[in-house]
Amino acid sequence: MNINFSNKHSQKLTPKLASNRNFNGIIVGTGGQGQITLLQILAQAARLDDLDIKTSELHGLSQKGGPVEVHFRFGEKIFSPLVKEGGADLVIALERQEAIRACYYASKEAETVFLINDLALTIFNQKPRTKEEISEILERFSEKTIFVPASDICQKELKAAIAAGIFLISLASFEGLLPLRPASIKKAIQKNIKAKYLELNLKIFELAKEKAKII
Amino acid sequence: MQKEILKKKGEEVVLLGNEAIIRGALESGVQFVSTYPGTPASEIGNVFHQMSQSGEIPKSIYFEFSVNEKIALEVAAGASFSGLRTLVAMKNFGLNVASDFLYPLAYSGVKGGLVILVADDPSCWSSAQSEDNSRGHILKAHIPTLEPSTPRECKEFVKLAFNLSEKFKIPVIVRETTRVAFQTEVVTLGEIKKGERKAQFIKNSRQFVTMPPRVLEMHQELLEKIKVIREKISENSSLNSIEGRPAKLGIIASGVCYLYVKEALKELNLELPILKLGIFYPLPEQKIKKFIKNLSQVLVVEELEPYVEKEVERLAKDANPGLKINGKNFLPEVGEIKPENVILAISELTGKKTKFDFKKHQADFQKINIPKREPRFCPGCSYNLVYSTLKRIAPPGTIFGGEIGCYMLAYYPPYEMQDYLYCMGSDISIAHGIEKASKQKVIAFVGDSSFFHASIPSLINTVFNKSNPLIIVMENSTTAMTGHQPHPGLIGLKIEKIVQACGIKNVKIVDPVNVKEFEKTVKVFLKKKEVSVIIAQHPCVLI
Repeated sequence: MNINFSNKHSQKLTPKLASNRNFNGIIVGTGGQGQITLLQILAQAARLDDLDIKTSELHGLSQKGGPVEVHFRFGEKIFSPLVKEGGADLVIALERQEAIRACYYASKEAETVFLINDLALTIFNQKPRTKEEISEILERFSEKTIFVPASDICQKELKAAIAAGIFLISLASFEGLLPLRPASIKKAIQKNIKAKYLELNLKIFELAKEKAKII
Repeated sequence: MQKEILKKKGEEVVLLGNEAIIRGALESGVQFVSTYPGTPASEIGNVFHQMSQSGEIPKSIYFEFSVNEKIALEVAAGASFSGLRTLVAMKNFGLNVASDFLYPLAYSGVKGGLVILVADDPSCWSSAQSEDNSRGHILKAHIPTLEPSTPRECKEFVKLAFNLSEKFKIPVIVRETTRVAFQTEVVTLGEIKKGERKAQFIKNSRQFVTMPPRVLEMHQELLEKIKVIREKISENSSLNSIEGRPAKLGIIASGVCYLYVKEALKELNLELPILKLGIFYPLPEQKIKKFIKNLSQVLVVEELEPYVEKEVERLAKDANPGLKINGKNFLPEVGEIKPENVILAISELTGKKTKFDFKKHQADFQKINIPKREPRFCPGCSYNLVYSTLKRIAPPGTIFGGEIGCYMLAYYPPYEMQDYLYCMGSDISIAHGIEKASKQKVIAFVGDSSFFHASIPSLINTVFNKSNPLIIVMENSTTAMTGHQPHPGLIGLKIEKIVQACGIKNVKIVDPVNVKEFEKTVKVFLKKKEVSVIIAQHPCVLI
């Protein structure tokens, strides 16, 4: 399966986390896609890498299939739990149309990278946006846009489309899109995922490692 | 995450604000916890519930989901009057429900430390109804109130709140907002203190009977208590602290806004004096006066109504009449404050340019056609059958009444069947009022947890004052919207028996999956001259 970059930049980006520089991330998707578990893993991994962390999540009404946006920030000293407008280094979109909503946090100035699960969840009474339409919008607000059919890959290889988020954060760490060591992500998965699902999620992590080599 | 809460002293763990509140209570030797679920405070009850069921916390800690927030507060007061350290948690609307009891409780005061955790929700991320600011009740009821900015502070402030409450025999509120409740950071754990007090209610009518003329003395005593707390605690506490270098512009902030101020100053590479207010009530008046005395401008950063700003205006008349006071002239009063709001306000006040062109970005962002995705019933939810059937068979012009709960999602397409929607308990009463006033037919939806919470008096009123709405109790055997908490129906209280006991003859339990039977019952009940109740019984698809 091919993982396509939708624009011309093909060099790997290295995370810039010099002192006094914070890393700002957003995960968007719809309620029930596991954003909160992903935040827990990212927070634990950042701790293992000796970074100060802050995250912000939402519960309740927003979980009933509506859009859900969560924030994570790492660095030497973090105050705000929220990423500022146009300030995201990385946006992980668990659904491709939801990536559009995250443009609020994205900008050319911040060299935002979008890592997008190429999955379209239909919205009642609306025509789904094509990948091209989405790319055209995102490119105005980003340095780089990466579509990965994460749900399809997880489904095909391990019958676990639901684990797309774990696949994407693992892939992000292997690709250097996150300032976190893959080993820390792995440890955090071990710490945060229930025993029953752990083996599967570790396989997803390894799958991300394999796919990362292909890029 | 839950196990992180219970780790040993000295461990550093990642905690949510709400989890840190729980740990703070455990480190304070809490022995009694009551709540009614409401997001952004729901986890507090959920986690205590799980921990007490699993035996992870000592048996000496009693926990209950009360039937509503007023009851939760009254129950908590009973435990506190008997000498125990008690925590009661609710969201902002819960404090409204509990307020009838809150006011006299402040008069009488408490015995064992009583901490009321209240979670406000600016921007209504998990709230319908209103964008309530609990500070209004706090000022009016005279309840000392601490406002943490971070999970670390959540834990520490709860511990301080217990001490303050016990020292001054007064209930203390810890007020958090969504971005504090659902913020995580690394928190260093302290020792869990096992509460070992033996509870006993010792009669003392001078304290616990709020009758006139004594009640007026109590009012006076409360004001005196607040004066002492202001002078001895608020003025001296490190919770109200001044930091940064002297400058012409100073900033006053509390709660999560303090974090945005710190971030904004970093962004703008500025050093300005900040007065961080960890205690909202009573405010440290002398400390504020000292802070504003040599400033030419001040910026007050607070969410929702400008309560602190108004106080600063009052204090400046004496301390610095020429002071230019800024706040809501730069910052929104509706919706939560965001980091960029604070960056822009400080940039404008100091003339220091931002590196990033927020205005251009805003304009570019607004040009995008953002997908409009609305929340909906979970796949397989039986509520779909209730609404699709009613949409098909209800006579034209039928009014559909709602209140907060999962069924409010019927507001969205494809149903669009919520013609009014307010707080729990209001639905049936409004239906009664409409029918009495206009003779229009109302079908009113009530959840099972909200039936017990506040609907029974409204139901009795329809019988007492004779109207005939059709009430549909959406009985899904749980409190689904807030995360599946139990309610009295689960221990065998039968809603139909309660309805009958209220004097209602037309009552029937129907599983909406039996569409034909549901349809027939609706048609029959819509013709009745008296109030009728259908209990649409089908378990939540998620349990």
